Amino acid sequence: MTREESLTLLTQAGAVQSGVTMQRRRLFDVAVGAGMRMLQWLVILLLLMMTATLSMRSLPILRQLELLRSHVWQPMAGRFGLAPFIAGSMAVTAVAMALATIPAILCGVYMAEYTSTRTRAWLKPLLDLLVGVPSVVYGLWGVLFVVPLIRDRIGPAVDATLGQMLPFFRQTNPSGYGVLAAGVVLALMTFPLIVAVTEEVMRSAPQQMRETLLALGATRWETTKCIVRHAALPGVMAAVVLGFSRAFGETLAVMMVVGNAPRAPTSIFDAAYPLPALIANNYSEMMSVPLYDSALMMAALFLLVVVLCFNVMARLVIHRLTRQL
Amino acid sequence: MSEHISDPIPQASVRPAKPLYLERRRLEERVFLALMRLCLLGAAAALGMILAVIFWRGVGALSVEMLTQPPRGNFYLGGGGGIANAIAGSILLASGATAAAFCWAAPLVLYLHAYARRSRFAAWVRLTLDVLWGIPSIVYGAFGFSLMILLGLRASLLAGVLTLSLVVLPILARTLDEVLRMAPHQLLETGFALGATRAEMAGLLLRQALPGLFTALLLAFGRGVGDAASVLFTAGYTDNMPGGIFSPVASLPLAVFFQLNAPFPAVQERAYASALVLTVMILVISLTAHLSLRRLGKHVVR
Repeated sequence: MTREESLTLLTQAGAVQSGVTMQRRRLFDVAVGAGMRMLQWLVILLLLMMTATLSMRSLPILRQLELLRSHVWQPMAGRFGLAPFIAGSMAVTAVAMALATIPAILCGVYMAEYTSTRTRAWLKPLLDLLVGVPSVVYGLWGVLFVVPLIRDRIGPAVDATLGQMLPFFRQTNPSGYGVLAAGVVLALMTFPLIVAVTEEVMRSAPQQMRETLLALGATRWETTKCIVRHAALPGVMAAVVLGFSRAFGETLAVMMVVGNAPRAPTSIFDAAYPLPALIANNYSEMMSVPLYDSALMMAALFLLVVVLCFNVMARLVIHRLTRQL
Repeated sequence: MSEHISDPIPQASVRPAKPLYLERRRLEERVFLALMRLCLLGAAAALGMILAVIFWRGVGALSVEMLTQPPRGNFYLGGGGGIANAIAGSILLASGATAAAFCWAAPLVLYLHAYARRSRFAAWVRLTLDVLWGIPSIVYGAFGFSLMILLGLRASLLAGVLTLSLVVLPILARTLDEVLRMAPHQLLETGFALGATRAEMAGLLLRQALPGLFTALLLAFGRGVGDAASVLFTAGYTDNMPGGIFSPVASLPLAVFFQLNAPFPAVQERAYASALVLTVMILVISLTAHLSLRRLGKHVVR
């Protein structure tokens, strides 16, 4: 369809009925606008409603805060210490970020500064595919590939070298299911997100900056460094924060490889029990014990609040940089 | 005067004050370029490895029975049957959720482009959508579960579809938003100049976005098929074929998960095969999405 054709559509009977008076068209316009505006408010309301509902459901346990403060998880005895789970979540996420951040940023920079349109047309679908693979498939890959690798190769090797000096690297758990396995799987899952955001932010840096630097005789890498330092650094950090919050909330893939033992991990080979796994594993029995469901909803609320804070901060920075706000 | 003119003109020295260290800088450039390529290659290799591992282990247990029959009584002990219940359930859940999310997302995005344009309000809605995108699906699941309890619903297809539609909504809305942003702004300007109202322009924009719309729907559908944490609470799990909107349904990711947790190797083999089915579905969906964006683009005003 050419532009002329599509614009004549507007003046044809189908698009703008000739029999209808201007007043009725205006009325229709305003009515549709009002209806659609309601939907906008509903989106914002949805966010508030989620927070409100989860807070309401976790209110019973918030009233007895000492139950949450204990460091053990014994629902039958009425002790709902969330500390080991928070520690587990932090450990898993930290390992994932340590593995993923630098390669992902380098890839994002490459996608933004070094690729031609044609190469990008090949690379972009590849990264999209990495986003699209379901988390259960990542988890299965973890079970079939990462866990045996850690059990048989990486575990003993690291234990023999670093583990003798630092308790942090000691192989305490011969099964292979643990923080490191979950970290590896999560690193791969957050990788495309960080790449995409870094690329977007780098692309929104002013083109003149690039041209000036290149004209002054800087190499491409020096140009890139300068752009990152002066224009894109907050955005790149926002990308990392987004990756962090994605890793923090990932459920099924982590649950399959992390070992699910409710203790705070002391080594990267220890089994851990992150918050999302806690919620997913116990939902079926939570109605039978008093306060149990409330404690689980508290865990969900905690997840929501953490992820919400990180996301709002990161997105504000990104929207500023890409001039959407 | 004359001696001023005859003075030598001060010139910038052509020779740099410091050496340029060209070799070292080129080396740095080459090292980092190699590093970046290596990272990208690593990601591609990881993706290839995931697919290879899933195919390698999954093909063995795949059979026609697996695809066409629901589980029989002793399925989790290694008996006969298949995962047809999970395949049907996943397709129902994802398509229902995509349809429900579309009913919300399409007017939302059209409003942003035809009415709100570049207002502050539009910026805040976009920000909210982005934030919603980042919320983990387990939180949506917990939220849906709380709502179900408030409304007195049991785990059912309906509850699953509604929860999943919330997960899919920001994905659909932001993808559509990006598609509409590609529309030439002259189109809107000319339309308004010809006297079209904003509601009429929304209709034109919808037609303009049609190919992108198809892609966005496919992507949302793919995400819906793959998402498990939100339907875990809300849609439940059953060994029967889906039987109505008020009864629980199975889904493919959960089928993989439950079969993998069974202690029998024969059942675990089936988990690999189920994961293969899921992966192939996702591959086909994203491939179609990418191809359709090129194919259907010929009716778009550029």
